[in-house]
Amino acid sequence: MASYTITVNNKKHSVDVLPDTPLLWVLRDELNLVGAKFGCGIAQCGACTVLMNDNAIRACSYPVSAVGTNKITTIEGLSENGDHPVQKAWDEMDVPQCGYCQSGQVMAAVALLKRKPNPTDDDINAAMSNICRCGTYVRIRKAVHLAANKTGK
Amino acid sequence: MKQVQSNISRRNFLKITSLAGGGILLGFELLANAGAEAITDAPLFAPNAYLSIDPKGIITLMAPNPEIGQGVKTALPMLLAEELDVDWNKVVINQADYDKEKYGNQSAGGSGAIRGRYEPIRKAGAVARHMLIAAAAETWNVPAEECSTENGFVLHKASGKKLSYGELATKSAGMPVPQNVSLKDPKDFKIIGKRIKNIDNKGILTGKPLFGIDTRREGMLYCMVSRPPAFGKKLKSFDDSDTRKIPGVKNVVRTEHVVAVLATNTWAAKKGRDALKVEWEDTGKLESTSDHLAAFKDLIQQKNEKPDRNDGDAEKALANAKKVIESVYEVPVLSHAPMEPINFFADVRDGKADLYGPTQVPGRAIADVAKALGIAEANITLGLPRQGGGFGRKLRSDNVVEAALISSVAKAPIQMIWTREDDMQGDFYRPNGMYRYRAAINANNELDGWYLIAAALNAGRAAAADNFPAGAITNYRTDSQGLSSNIQTGPWRAPTHNAIAFAEQSFLDEIAHELKKDPVAFRLELLDKAKNNPAGKVNYNIDKFRSVIDLVTKMSNWGKNTPGRYKGFAAYYSFNTYVAEVAEISMQNGKPKVHKVYCAVNCGQVVNLSGAENQVQGAIVDGLGHAWFTEITFDKGAVQQKNFNTYKMMRMQDAPLDVEVQFVETNEAPTGLGEPALPPIAAVVCNAIFAATGKRIRKLPFNGAFQDK
Repeated sequence: MASYTITVNNKKHSVDVLPDTPLLWVLRDELNLVGAKFGCGIAQCGACTVLMNDNAIRACSYPVSAVGTNKITTIEGLSENGDHPVQKAWDEMDVPQCGYCQSGQVMAAVALLKRKPNPTDDDINAAMSNICRCGTYVRIRKAVHLAANKTGK
Repeated sequence: MKQVQSNISRRNFLKITSLAGGGILLGFELLANAGAEAITDAPLFAPNAYLSIDPKGIITLMAPNPEIGQGVKTALPMLLAEELDVDWNKVVINQADYDKEKYGNQSAGGSGAIRGRYEPIRKAGAVARHMLIAAAAETWNVPAEECSTENGFVLHKASGKKLSYGELATKSAGMPVPQNVSLKDPKDFKIIGKRIKNIDNKGILTGKPLFGIDTRREGMLYCMVSRPPAFGKKLKSFDDSDTRKIPGVKNVVRTEHVVAVLATNTWAAKKGRDALKVEWEDTGKLESTSDHLAAFKDLIQQKNEKPDRNDGDAEKALANAKKVIESVYEVPVLSHAPMEPINFFADVRDGKADLYGPTQVPGRAIADVAKALGIAEANITLGLPRQGGGFGRKLRSDNVVEAALISSVAKAPIQMIWTREDDMQGDFYRPNGMYRYRAAINANNELDGWYLIAAALNAGRAAAADNFPAGAITNYRTDSQGLSSNIQTGPWRAPTHNAIAFAEQSFLDEIAHELKKDPVAFRLELLDKAKNNPAGKVNYNIDKFRSVIDLVTKMSNWGKNTPGRYKGFAAYYSFNTYVAEVAEISMQNGKPKVHKVYCAVNCGQVVNLSGAENQVQGAIVDGLGHAWFTEITFDKGAVQQKNFNTYKMMRMQDAPLDVEVQFVETNEAPTGLGEPALPPIAAVVCNAIFAATGKRIRKLPFNGAFQDK
């Protein structure tokens, strides 16, 4: 076991875990932040997407030992009241079906919009590689565009 | 106004309402599911209810069925709210735990929740509304007929009096239960048919612990399980010495079939599970997909003397045909792969079981757990979280039983989690199948014979034999040939239809091209024949079929093509719902790109327009993705695709830019919607690929036909 201090949603947390523990399981099992989801464990589906600084990372395959002083943001820390423009756009477009992948989708969209405030459809295709098993891609795409419009105003 | 019998007895109602805290609490599942005996025997203080109104005005609606992404946690309470006449934004919605006595059939499958509960739930809301009116009328000493309701208030317009449902709650509890209640005329609907957002959006979008996998309980241990690595193998022995050295591992237990590792966190449980040295032994044949395909090839040449359907004489028509068109279609095994990996919480101690997690069939799960543990169903409770997809996987209770058995042996509360690899090897798969079609074209250039021999894994009836074009072809025959296997198969979204629609709707397209007829016009001709001169029984509604074909041809400008764009068409009937779809594609660098899909649906009254549209769009993307990329193959009983790196799912880059959905306007009772839009899409896109390239796709997934050059 080893001790790590990581910054999640602007708070410092110390955890004592196996050194190869993926960040996902530290968030879910140690910090009780269950918004990031387990889907595949091999960085394929993106259900576990969180932000490290401003970039989307797949927490299921990112060892806690590599986090260091980088700032982690999970969906729980995205906004105080669930009113981040991306969260609002997702609600407005009524995107979720089962909803399981959507926190990862939202975090991927947040990272995309930080990099490209007005993404094209091709930008969305390239950046939004998360799997939605329910097939809500049409609405996800519309919600990303809507969030871009909201942010731009 | 429609009059319906309420059938609630006064005695039962008094029992139901004898609740602490006053207020009215109505149980109406009995209206739908039970006879008078059950009603009068309802236990005292049983919370036998779907809606409650407390004196403070809090209106709580219960969502009885499991929510797996199909939207019933929103749509079922909408039905209640409509007839109760309340402000949708002010109600509280709670997911019901499993309780057969209170809620009847609480399952998620067969596109059945809305179909089955449409009228009973509305009646319950209407009964409550009538009693609130009666309470107000008595309070004001005016005739009930002069009172009306609006957004949670009873009004007496003549005097301008107004009372909220909360103010009337206690008095309403003492009102007689109406024997006849009128349901709203659909033209007066304020909630049904409108766009209502998923009621869990806020929780989903802020990361609240809504799902089974998010369960955290005092003293709970995380659990990973070692299961057989192939069908045809079983547990022989194991050595857990390395496992027990891993920090965090607390226990290793064995049930009859599996070894479970319990730990203080998921990662330690997984590492411990992976460190087990397990010996497996063969118990049966180790089957491979190549064996199944070879067997199918033989089977589709063999007539079954007991046909699924047999009109006229298809063999004679083929023998006398001017031309015979023969094609063989093939679909692969699929995994369900719900995004939320299989899991369940179980706390089995002292002869009692507390269960919480994802299942589409809580009733069956409880029965199976009771049997496995040897305890009474009455000693088992089962709560229903929101579920990260179902698609039919959770129609099996294996996960519930497994978790309960492990908890029972370990005598500890556990949360069992499967990895994606566990899920891919441990599924009840969509069976693969092979379909040999022969069509007879007679001297008048008419289709007058059709003979399908369908072979599929573990399938007694491999085709939907009564589906269109049955009824439209004079000599029509369908035979099934099942192939028995120890590989587990089970229902996958739109069972049978999800495979046969591809083959049948592609073959119809082939025949249309052979006859030099427009594929839509050809379907309409066949429907005319089924109407005017049917062959055998016709199990579908021809007018409804036409309603969706007419609508989608208008939506898509069928017959007019933008240069470089090509269209494909199919129409299909399943779960009492009619669907017609058109896809518009182009070929880019030798590969198909799907630009837009148009879909017309006749599913009766739409309950939640936003949810319904989402279901149809999702079903189309789901069906298209699986037709394009996805297959499971077996090598000596072991799955060869272990995770999403090799089991390819549809992603954003390949999804259609838009899926336009229109519903035929009707106030007929709702029919199924979670599944019907999925079956035709594979053929729709493959028919468009034929239009674009002249290449006929007869084998799924079709990605194999367009590899990089």
